Amino acid sequence: MYSLTAVTLLVVMSFALVRAFKGPTLYDRILAVNNFGTKTVLLLAIIDFIAGRPDFLDIAIVYALINFISIIGVLRFFEYARNQTAEEEN
Amino acid sequence: MEIVLDIISWFCLVTGSFFCLTGGVGLLRFPDFYSRIHSASLTDTLGAGLILVGLMFQAGSAIVTAKLIMILVFSLLAGTTASHAMAKAALKSGLAPDDAGGKEKQSEDSISKP
Repeated sequence: MYSLTAVTLLVVMSFALVRAFKGPTLYDRILAVNNFGTKTVLLLAIIDFIAGRPDFLDIAIVYALINFISIIGVLRFFEYARNQTAEEEN
Repeated sequence: MEIVLDIISWFCLVTGSFFCLTGGVGLLRFPDFYSRIHSASLTDTLGAGLILVGLMFQAGSAIVTAKLIMILVFSLLAGTTASHAMAKAALKSGLAPDDAGGKEKQSEDSISKP
């Protein structure tokens, strides 16, 4: 049953990768990468139970934190960069 | 007792996998950025929550359950916040939702002009 969930998560992660490569806008790519990171956290939690090693849950917690911070950082960067170029054009 | 816990846990895992799968299909096939963000973030909450709750039924010790609860609480907070930030950044940058065929083109033109 764990392996079924793990395979489903891998399929969803491949969908997110396809969207990240195909995405017409920048925000589609950011959304796909965020979804990929969330599914990675779930996959790490599943692997913990498959392998029977409790260390993977710590990695999952750290990955969730880093994923959130990086998404917010990328969004802030592009918001700021866009405003700066708009000011330069004016 | 053991088998009841197993059945509850398997039910949660399978339902959570189903919700994750529908979210992934929606992320791949929906036509618009805002409908994609709707599908991805809405199913993210329930899918991740059900999978983590299903794992909690199988957790042997209290510390594993505590870590799973930490991941659940953080992913509930962070997922909604990131979705909100993405939608706000996209809307502020001028990406128009395509609600009606002709209207979208008009708003795109009016944004790209200045």
